This record gives sequence, structure tokens and C-alpha cells, in this order.
Amino acid sequence: MIALRRQLPLLITMVTGLVMAGQYYVPHPASEQLLTTVTKWLQIIGGFALVLGITSLFHVHAAKIRRKEAGWGYSLMLYAGMLGTIVVGLWNGGKESIDGAMTSFGWVYSYTLVPLQGTMFAILAFFIASAAYRSFRARSREAAVLLIAAVIVMMGRVPLGEYLLPISGDLSSWILNVLNASVRRAILIGVSLGAVALSFKIIFGVERSYLGGGKE
Amino acid sequence: MELSFEVMLGGWIATGLTLFILSFLYEDNPLFKLAEHLYVGVSLGYTIVKTYDTVVMTLILRPILEKGEWSLLVPVVIGTLMLTRYVPKAAWLSRYAFAFIVGVGAGLAIPRTISSFILKQIEDTVRPLLTLVPGEGVTFTYSLLNPASNLNGIIILIGVVSVLFYFFFSVEHSGPGKMVARAGIVFLMISFGAAFGYTVMARMSLLIGRLTDLIEFSDASYGRPTLWLSLLTIGTLIWLSRRSGAHPPER
Repeated sequence: MIALRRQLPLLITMVTGLVMAGQYYVPHPASEQLLTTVTKWLQIIGGFALVLGITSLFHVHAAKIRRKEAGWGYSLMLYAGMLGTIVVGLWNGGKESIDGAMTSFGWVYSYTLVPLQGTMFAILAFFIASAAYRSFRARSREAAVLLIAAVIVMMGRVPLGEYLLPISGDLSSWILNVLNASVRRAILIGVSLGAVALSFKIIFGVERSYLGGGKE
Repeated sequence: MELSFEVMLGGWIATGLTLFILSFLYEDNPLFKLAEHLYVGVSLGYTIVKTYDTVVMTLILRPILEKGEWSLLVPVVIGTLMLTRYVPKAAWLSRYAFAFIVGVGAGLAIPRTISSFILKQIEDTVRPLLTLVPGEGVTFTYSLLNPASNLNGIIILIGVVSVLFYFFFSVEHSGPGKMVARAGIVFLMISFGAAFGYTVMARMSLLIGRLTDLIEFSDASYGRPTLWLSLLTIGTLIWLSRRSGAHPPER
């Protein structure tokens, strides 16, 4: 039974991992077909993973409503929003517009989801600015460098900034395309080396945490 | 111009939700919480519908029913195994699904990561310090505005090496190493500052988008929802503030 519960999953990981890694080095139509098929399969399995996440959220809010906990009305609102969107979406076959005409699902998207999402992210501008005010005071040379780079990039992104400091546009591009690019490149190389090492550990069964705990 | 009922209703709802979220700038309040939970619900509903459309309809049902691609039942079975998490006695079966996903992911990642994110990045970093131009001979380009110039090539090389060295803890950062690591810190700080500035401006552009909508919806053709709903929101905030002042929360 242990073989079925622990060793077979490890074998599946190893075989699929080695096959997919080897696929990259086989320039053959069958190899390309394998990649296309497996990518499609991953998308399908990912859909089932979404079910896991959604049911978990469903349970949390259902329990809140059942027990009439503080703020249960908001959970009810969440349910109403979700079920309403699902009903409208399925009614329109998941299409926001049909023949150029906006469907009711498109209406929900344009007049509910877009404003909510846009405003939710927009208010972060205020919190970032307030956090910056509190923490960015140039206490050290490094903090000063960070502050100056941030100000230049911000000025270089808007016409007013370029009007006040004409060089800010070019300077901002240089910071983003050269200095920032070099750091991103270094971090990317470091992270990638780690990812490759982790992938090898997973394929050869050294790293097993993805199997979860519980009974063998 | 006469607006249709859906557009007018949409204007009122979009304005109300925008103002409810913005009310959080004053303090956490029931209007914000209402909009916040509605946001989670609607975005979840939207994701479910889109997943149903792309996964269930486009990737599973249509190919099976119209083209007879029965092999697609294999990922369906693997996906279903994931749901055995809800049955404690059979929960171990979900390991097969996770093993498949993780195995494929790891296998796909190794060659592609090495090729695109390691070798290609190193190739772009280690560039010739001088350029050979036919007719002009060997030249060195100084233009800072051209990321491909020789000068920028050297700056990028210094940046990449110093940042990598800063994160390399197997060697003590002392002597010349300390200088390299400090250069790495400076590069990192500039990058963090640039990322911060870029993020702030992206958020600002979103805010401008929302304010543009509020201005549009303040038009008489919509029934001035911005004006009326702003008054309603402010009035509610004042009422809530007075109520909480009259009944301070229990410690």
C-alpha cells in the first residue's frame, strides 16, 4: 500500500519530469505534439485545481452565514455577487459581447468588475505614497539613492515632470533600461539557478513536500 | 443624447462602487466592506464562468463531442483525483494529480529556464567591449540613451556581476569583495527605487482612469450619479462616525 501511496507518485513525477525535460531536445513533430497535448492537459487539470480553491472559500463564508458571525451580511453579499455573475455569465455563454453588442455579462464586467478592480488598485497609490513618506526619509546613503531613483522615474513618466526637469525623461529611460535591467537580469539568473536545482530535486525525489503530509 | 437604461444604471453602479472603495481613504467602513466583498464575489464568479467556458466547453466537451478526442478524459480523470482531497480515506489519490503536475512543471522548467533565463541572459550580459564597424574600424559607443551602446554594456556587466556577488554568501564580503558587494547594493537600491516609482505611476494612471469615469458620470445625461452618490457616501460616513462616537467600541 505504501508503494501505491508514496512511491508510485514519486515515480510518476520522475517519469513525467524526465520525459518533458527530454522533449525539449527532440526536434520531432511527435515531440512537439507531446508538448501541445501535455500543455492542454495542464490547463484542464488547472481548472479542477480552481474547484479546490473555490470550495474552500465557499465553506469559509457559508460557515460565517450559518453561525451568523460578525459581518455575515458581507459574506451574503459575496455569495450574491458570485452567483449573480455566474448565472449571467452562463446565460450568455461566457461572452462579454455578441456581434459587437454588449451582453449582460459584459455589462457586469464593464460596470462592476472594472470599476471595483481599478479603484481597489488605485487606492494603493495613496498608501504607497504615505508609506514612502514615512519610510523613505533619506536616513542613509542607500535610502537616498532609492529615493532619488524613484523620484526621477516618477518625473520621467509624466509630462509635468519632463517639463520641470527636461532631462528626467531620458534619465528615467536609462535607469529603467540599463541600471534596472542589470539588476533584474542578475536576480533572474539567481532565481533560475534555484528553480533548476529545485526541479532536479523534485524529479529525483529529494524534495517531496508537494505530496503533502498525512498517512504514508 | 439619450442614454439607454442599461448604460445609465451602469453609470450609477460604477460610480457608487468607485466611491465606496475610495471611502476607505477616510477610514474602514461598511460601505467599503460591502464593495470589497462584492469585488471578491464578482471576480470569483467571472473567473468561474471564464474557466467553465475555456476549460469545460472549449478544451473538454467540444473536442470530445465534435472531434471524438476521447484521450482528453485522461486529464479529466487526473483532475478529478484532486477532488479526492475531500474524502479523507481516499485523499492520497490526489497525490497522483499533484505528482503529474509537479513532474511536468519541473521537467518543462529545466531546459527552458537554463536556455532562456540563464544562458540567454549571460549571453546578453557578456557583450564585446568594443564594436567593429566596417570602414570605421574598432569603435567605442558612449551613448547612454542607447541600451546597446558599449558604455551601457559595461555598466550592465558591472551591475549583474556586483548584484550576483552581493547574493553570493559562500565568500566573505571583505576587502575588494566588500567594494563589489557595496556596488551591488547601490544597483539594487536604484532598481528598487525605479520599481517603486514605476508602480506608483501605474497606480496613478488607474486613479486617473477612475476619476475620468467619475467626471463622465457627473454629466446630466446620466442623472449626475457622481454628485448624488458622493453626497450619499459622505453623509453615510458622517452618520457612521457620529454613531461610533455615541457608542464607542467595547474594549
